[in-house]
Amino acid sequence: MTNSTSTNHHGISVQVRGLKRDFGTQSVLKGIDLDVKPGEIFVLMGPSGSGKSVLLRHIIGLEKPDAGEILINGESIENDNVADKYRMAMVFQSGALLNSLTVGENVGLYLREHRLKSPEEIARIVAEKLEVVGLKDAEKKMPSELSGGMKKRVAIARALVIEPQLILYDEPTSELDPLSSIVIGEEILKLNERIGVTSLVVSHDRDLAFGIGHRIAVINEGQIAVMGTPDEVKRSDHPIVRNFIHADFKRAQ
Amino acid sequence: MFQNIGEMVLLFWRTLRALPQVWRQREKVFEQFFEIGNASLLMVAVLSFFIGGVLALQTGPTMVERGLTNFVSGLVGISMARELAPIMMAILIAGRIGSAMAAEIGSMRVYQEIDALRTMNINPVNYLVLPRLIAITFALPMLVTFAILVGWLGGAVVAKATPAIDIPIQSFFESMKIMIDLRDVANGVFKSWCFAWIIGIVSCHQVLVTRGGPRGIGRSVTKAVVNSIVLIVMFDYVLTRLLLE
Repeated sequence: MTNSTSTNHHGISVQVRGLKRDFGTQSVLKGIDLDVKPGEIFVLMGPSGSGKSVLLRHIIGLEKPDAGEILINGESIENDNVADKYRMAMVFQSGALLNSLTVGENVGLYLREHRLKSPEEIARIVAEKLEVVGLKDAEKKMPSELSGGMKKRVAIARALVIEPQLILYDEPTSELDPLSSIVIGEEILKLNERIGVTSLVVSHDRDLAFGIGHRIAVINEGQIAVMGTPDEVKRSDHPIVRNFIHADFKRAQ
Repeated sequence: MFQNIGEMVLLFWRTLRALPQVWRQREKVFEQFFEIGNASLLMVAVLSFFIGGVLALQTGPTMVERGLTNFVSGLVGISMARELAPIMMAILIAGRIGSAMAAEIGSMRVYQEIDALRTMNINPVNYLVLPRLIAITFALPMLVTFAILVGWLGGAVVAKATPAIDIPIQSFFESMKIMIDLRDVANGVFKSWCFAWIIGIVSCHQVLVTRGGPRGIGRSVTKAVVNSIVLIVMFDYVLTRLLLE
């Protein structure tokens, strides 16, 4: 979230310390502690309503916690200069594209609003980023003409324009067919390898989590139940985690 | 209610602070200005023509009967300029443009588009509220000026076409010229300027308060229109009082 486009592509670290948040009488986050290393793909898994997306919204600064703190590269997110110092982007579950703008205008919005490049340069960057996500012919389309998967890829292209050091993905594969989910997963991996961006992915898609995550945390009822590498999480004997990981549909005999 | 008023005052203050950004947002200002003007011009013309006409029709025959023929045009002229054009156009714009603003911004909030702007370090006040407020600040006074002129014309046409009044159009405007000065028109335009801010702020305030899905958006639109109209009528009294002193 900065007004400059530097060529520094190193990811940044995220530390969450004792994060608590209540909505009315409901306690959604009950003291979350986690560390995400620079350049890491960290996946937050958990059942629906466990507080994953709320945690993500706190990390990007859309929500204020009741207690605890979030540090970006060791600096509190409350500091005014953090948002300008580090480039962060979020890919929303719905894509959150501006419906009144075309795909191209959505992707170039950040550069245009912050006057970072000339219109010609913006057009070139937009075309380049749309090609990266496989949507080079969609530039003139309106968001309403796109499928769910295409919207998510446009949202990723919009995030890429920021040249982020930290990308937060909120349920990037929800509502997608398995093939589109694989494309999105590959995009996340490619980005991480190419620019070393730190990626924080919220998902309850087990294939995605174990396929791309360097580390995984499983959240249940506002607390972290298990955290570790994919293998460590798979071996966990925590009952909630085992249920969640091994849940399967069984046809009645 | 007090929380809403506080939030609206805060939004107004934040929009004023964003004024130096207005040149950067000029394309959006023109876009909104065109939207408000283009969407409303015909309706403003029809409405004000008939308001002027009805005013002449209601008062003309009685005044002519009592030998006050020269005052018919003055009554139509002053009523249109000082009161009817600003308040009727403000109510029309609150219903037509205020509701559209509230619906658009409310749905942007519900569908996380405003969150997306914030994550890109784009201030929603600068991006959404400022262009709309500036556009309506210029558009409404211009529409009201146009409405005053059309209203006068409506009054003149009806005064000529109604046998019980039968004032020639030229005489209508000549006696109006004697009774009306520029201050009457300026009063109406000044009022419309204040009403424009009320419509803009009340409608854009939905950025802060819209919750839920389509039902929430519907509630916000209704509240934006109703609150705008109530505030317009209240402020109309206050402004009239101040301007008369």
